[in-house]
Amino acid sequence: MAKYKTHLLVCGGTGCKASASDVIKDKLTRELDEKGLADECQVVMTGCFGFCEKGPIVKVLPDNTFYTQVTPDDAKEIIEEHIIKGRKVDRLLYKDPTSKEEISDSKHMGFYKKQMRIALRNCGFIDPENIEEAIARDAYAALGKVLGEMTPVEATQIVLDSGLRGRGGGGFPTGLKWKLTAQEKADQKYVVCNADEGDPGAFMDRSILEGDPHTVIEAMAINGYCTGATKGLVYIRAEYPLAITRLKIALEQAREYGLLGKDILGKGFDFEIEIRYGAGAFVCGEETALIHSMEGERGEPTFKPPFPSVEGYRKKPTNVNNVETYANIPVIFLKGAEWFSAIGTEKSKGTKVFALAGKINNVGLIEVPMGTTLREVIYEIGGGIKDSKKFKAVQTGGPSGGCLTEKHLDTPIDYDSLIACGSMMGSGGMIVMDEDDCMVSMAKFYLEFTVEESCGKCAPCRIGNKRLHEQLELITQGKGSKENLEKIRDLCGVIKDTSLCGLGQTSPNPVLSTMDNFWDEYIAHVEEHKCASGACKDLMKYIIDAEPCVGCTACARVCPVGAIAGERKGPHTIDQSICIKCGACVDKCKFNAISIK
Amino acid sequence: MAKVKSLADLQKLKADLQSKVDLREKGDRSENLVQIKVAMATCGIASGAKQVMEFFMDELEKRSIASVVTQTGCMGYCYAEPTVEIKLPHQDPVVFGYVDLKKADEIIEKYIKNGELVDGIIPQNYQTIDENN
Repeated sequence: MAKYKTHLLVCGGTGCKASASDVIKDKLTRELDEKGLADECQVVMTGCFGFCEKGPIVKVLPDNTFYTQVTPDDAKEIIEEHIIKGRKVDRLLYKDPTSKEEISDSKHMGFYKKQMRIALRNCGFIDPENIEEAIARDAYAALGKVLGEMTPVEATQIVLDSGLRGRGGGGFPTGLKWKLTAQEKADQKYVVCNADEGDPGAFMDRSILEGDPHTVIEAMAINGYCTGATKGLVYIRAEYPLAITRLKIALEQAREYGLLGKDILGKGFDFEIEIRYGAGAFVCGEETALIHSMEGERGEPTFKPPFPSVEGYRKKPTNVNNVETYANIPVIFLKGAEWFSAIGTEKSKGTKVFALAGKINNVGLIEVPMGTTLREVIYEIGGGIKDSKKFKAVQTGGPSGGCLTEKHLDTPIDYDSLIACGSMMGSGGMIVMDEDDCMVSMAKFYLEFTVEESCGKCAPCRIGNKRLHEQLELITQGKGSKENLEKIRDLCGVIKDTSLCGLGQTSPNPVLSTMDNFWDEYIAHVEEHKCASGACKDLMKYIIDAEPCVGCTACARVCPVGAIAGERKGPHTIDQSICIKCGACVDKCKFNAISIK
Repeated sequence: MAKVKSLADLQKLKADLQSKVDLREKGDRSENLVQIKVAMATCGIASGAKQVMEFFMDELEKRSIASVVTQTGCMGYCYAEPTVEIKLPHQDPVVFGYVDLKKADEIIEKYIKNGELVDGIIPQNYQTIDENN
């Protein structure tokens, strides 16, 4: 076997792949071959590094050099300079956004300093398509330990003791869920992995499956052993092709190695996993709807009880857990429940993966201990707000969550504190908004999503959300009054109280939380018909100030609808009845004569 | 591939495969390891730095000293090639000049194992980019 001096890790996450990271990998490999260095330097395609903002990423080990925004053309220089001559390619190094200094390795990057990677431990570290690398990183060791040393009850107790709670958003204690399923008597039980990640802007589950599929397979097998299930099902969106491909490869390899199938590790335990595809409906993230979808029925939720642990897939006891929850399981068994429960806050143990998106400098995937504050996440890891604008709010919990504002910045993030702030953990999407975002429009955007995704089974969700959306539409068009605001509050209450499943019960949350935190904005929209941020096009107009206007005609020429008129060298005016508020004139004017009113 | 039939099989397989990711894991916790940088510019390579680097890699493994051996560019001491910078955990780095295989052996035995300084130290008069951060 070749003894490598250097490993070149190329990010093979969906984002970096879209920016040709596989071409980069091929080129690096070819360069090494040509230079006769194939035995000294190994090129590996890994899962997501999390630093999607500056992808594609190439990391050099063991010196931890972190190259960002690499293009296929850079491959030659990396090999010739870094690998042959030992000189880092400065122009590809990450530059600190504040100090503007190049940072030589990932250990000095603010993005990684505060992170603690448990669920993502192998993402960006191993080749997800190679079971040998996973095994070298202890994959299946926890399964071996459980099968060899513990009874199902003892193993379940460890999960209970760890304090792990469901990472899909609900935060239900995972060990308890396992115990409930284990208690049922049935000829067949199932464990299901919920990989139907649907929150806008969330991609942690996909990235775990893409970067470390074996951890999920292993955890499902442990789950099967604990609950008495011999069959596992992964419910995954068909629109996640890379995750599906890698999961399939991993399943194939696990079978080949005898880590799935009959008599695993000679302990008499049989376990098999199948994949079920979802068509990408948000409601199918709800476990009863998910189970119906897997059965080939319509993806509609049903009333609980009976809970899936009693009557789930094909009427058999079924345990459903989210991908990220599973990713924590093997580590808990290897390092112990005590180790895990020492991380985090009193009631929320361990870490949480968040997908940072929106107006933030470091868009990407991060994992932090529970109890980390929003300020640390946004300013230290996230690198602050884009273009040095002012922070306004962050939406957590997706369309079921709420927004958190400046006053919540120092709140430690865990399940309970977020609920106390009027939001929720959700699956971990964090969408950051700055001063240019209108909170009424934001609430409307999320509601649009719920209206689209409502399955239509129950009236409060199907009709209520539609009506709620109409009310918001009126307000953003400047046709609203205070009466509408009252109607909105009433409607929100009714939808929350009477909807059948979590989707409807939480859909008014973005509206309610923006009303609580940004009431002034709602009032300005209905009383003065003004949108301070300028996001509601119907509530603003562009005005040309006659004094600074020199009549250069630049604005009139750029206007796509011919709404601007005026003599050459004389002040121009905008015909408001024609103006489509595209803002092209503002960008063109060199004299700052055009303003938004 | 033969099937993994028992926990013992799995453990053996893991031990055999460990080397596949060893280098990456060491990189992950490099601050707690002996870090060795070998200057591998043209002058260094011409003076045998490549052999010295391989010697360090092989010998440190044989003598069970957890370490990270990397190459760097020219350190500027072309008169004293091959030059090697050695950083013991939580200590300032020390640069040695004229490191041939014999010297390398002495460095491992005396400096790396016991922290005992040996002849050939080049006084340091520069800062690396790592220290600036």
